[in-house]
Amino acid sequence: MEQGRRNFLVYTIQGLGAVIAGALGIPAIGYLFSKPKTVQTGSWIEIADLGQIPQGEPAEVIFTRRRVDGWKVVTEKASAWVVKTGEQQAFALAPACTHLGCAYHWESAKKEFVCPCHTSSFSIDGAVQAGPAPRALDRYETRIVAGKVQVGKVVQSGEGA
Amino acid sequence: MKPLVDWIESRTGLISGVGHFLSEEIPASSGWQQVFGSVAMFAFLVQLLTGILLAFNYAPTAGEAYDSLKYIIMELTGGRLIRQLHHWGASLMIVVVVLHMVQVFLWGAYKKPREATWIVGVFLLLLTLGYGLTGYLLPWDNRAYWGTVVATQIAASAPGAGKYVAQLLGAPDGVVGAVTFARFYAIHVLILPPATLALILLHVMLVRRHGVAPAPGDEVKPKKAFYPEQVFKDTLAIFGYFIVLYLLAIMVRVPLERMADPTDTTYIPRPDWYFLFLFQLLKLFPGPLEIVGSVVLPTLAILALLAAPFIDRTGLVAVRRRVGAALVVLFAALGWGSLTFAAMASTPKNAQSSYDATLVEPWQRLSPKELVKPDSVAPDHIKLAARVYVKSGCGACHQANGEGGKLGPSLNGVMFKRDAAWLEGHFREPKKFTPNSTMPAYNFAPPEMQAMVAYMLSLPPL
Repeated sequence: MEQGRRNFLVYTIQGLGAVIAGALGIPAIGYLFSKPKTVQTGSWIEIADLGQIPQGEPAEVIFTRRRVDGWKVVTEKASAWVVKTGEQQAFALAPACTHLGCAYHWESAKKEFVCPCHTSSFSIDGAVQAGPAPRALDRYETRIVAGKVQVGKVVQSGEGA
Repeated sequence: MKPLVDWIESRTGLISGVGHFLSEEIPASSGWQQVFGSVAMFAFLVQLLTGILLAFNYAPTAGEAYDSLKYIIMELTGGRLIRQLHHWGASLMIVVVVLHMVQVFLWGAYKKPREATWIVGVFLLLLTLGYGLTGYLLPWDNRAYWGTVVATQIAASAPGAGKYVAQLLGAPDGVVGAVTFARFYAIHVLILPPATLALILLHVMLVRRHGVAPAPGDEVKPKKAFYPEQVFKDTLAIFGYFIVLYLLAIMVRVPLERMADPTDTTYIPRPDWYFLFLFQLLKLFPGPLEIVGSVVLPTLAILALLAAPFIDRTGLVAVRRRVGAALVVLFAALGWGSLTFAAMASTPKNAQSSYDATLVEPWQRLSPKELVKPDSVAPDHIKLAARVYVKSGCGACHQANGEGGKLGPSLNGVMFKRDAAWLEGHFREPKKFTPNSTMPAYNFAPPEMQAMVAYMLSLPPL
């Protein structure tokens, strides 16, 4: 076969193959990597009565929330460590260690949060004391309404804070 | 680059293997008529890819399948495109597989020594139909549910084995439910794809073993190389197929009907177009003869296909002179075509099949009280209707989107049962339409009446 014609055939085969691969591959990447179109607006959930929480000692609070999980809305248990800082002031820490997501707990003897996985420890305001945790504990958006603690979504703490 | 290529070649032989595959010699007469096999294989690969992508976001249980498919279509980038590629790809794949079969039949390429290739091909056709049958249930909407009810009952009606087939399909006594769904899904994704891959491999190996079937006169002409001349033709055909598929997937919307509802007495089930002829065939055999249409004739047709190479034992004959084969194809096409046409002509307009859950606007899910709020987002006439609805106290007796009393019927889904004229008449004179009704008459002013009717017809099924 003449070389010019052979080249034409080969390039056409490769070109059309590339077009098909693109027409299928680009939507596939969009499909696998994009987030759902409907943006979930977080609502405030009342989780505790501030009067019931002691000052200076974090309190673990379990509450129920509704969360959009893919194609369904689930009602699930969630927890927060609420730290009361004044009569009308408190913040709520998200319950996952910032290293690899293990659940940490408060050691009242040591006055610090300790993660059982890789021994990260945090002070009462969430700052890293020791261990591999890359940043301070994350906090829920928190507000006090009529003496009740309400939380919104979790906000990631600044790096190394 | 070259050392890597050399290493792969020395350790695996892949490079020379592919070269050997591509340099196969084919008869001088081969050409455009042989592209269908490659297109069928491509069609299968597209189904494989889109099917895997769908499975990444699909919950294969009877309860959640519907919601997860709605999520794929409405929430994910490219989700509707991928679902519609899979849907239309299924139909087009059947077309291509049948065209491939017709070509082989017309040219007599199934003849000795290629009988086994043909038989494997017949089984590949059956697998393709199996995908259609099992995949039909997976959206779990009314179309899927009722279509499968009919299909499983046909299977169950077969003498002797029918009972066991129905049990194997998870639909004993014709009841389609969670077990049926699990089994159809398992067949669709765990049994059929590996079986198809294995049979395609065998099919291609057999084609290689016996070579592409020659035509009379090929023995005196020099052979051609498969690559690039024939591969070029195959690629153009594949590309043409792909354009048709892509245009269908972009332009022809596949509705997601209301979720499967076994209590729905208004639904008119129909199989997908490629099974309509079987559906219609049953009507020709009433009463005890039904089994002739449902089991005997389809079985005989499959046996006849399998036996074709043993019935037609003539030597090499040019395609132009294979009049008998052409007549067989012609009669099969006429029979199939007229049955399909008759089935389509006898299908009444189905209010439900025009409903698409993926097109429901957010305001259609708002309760009347939410709609009358000043900041609600809805068309003006719907907001007007909601004000009339609340002012007239309709919610004292009727439920709309989960709000209201239960004395009267729920208004969601009234679109499937009533039309605009009925609703307007019923507002004005309820007793005339429903003799036992305790609903007071409402003579709304024309704009309000129009708005109320439109509002009623906009309430989606729950």
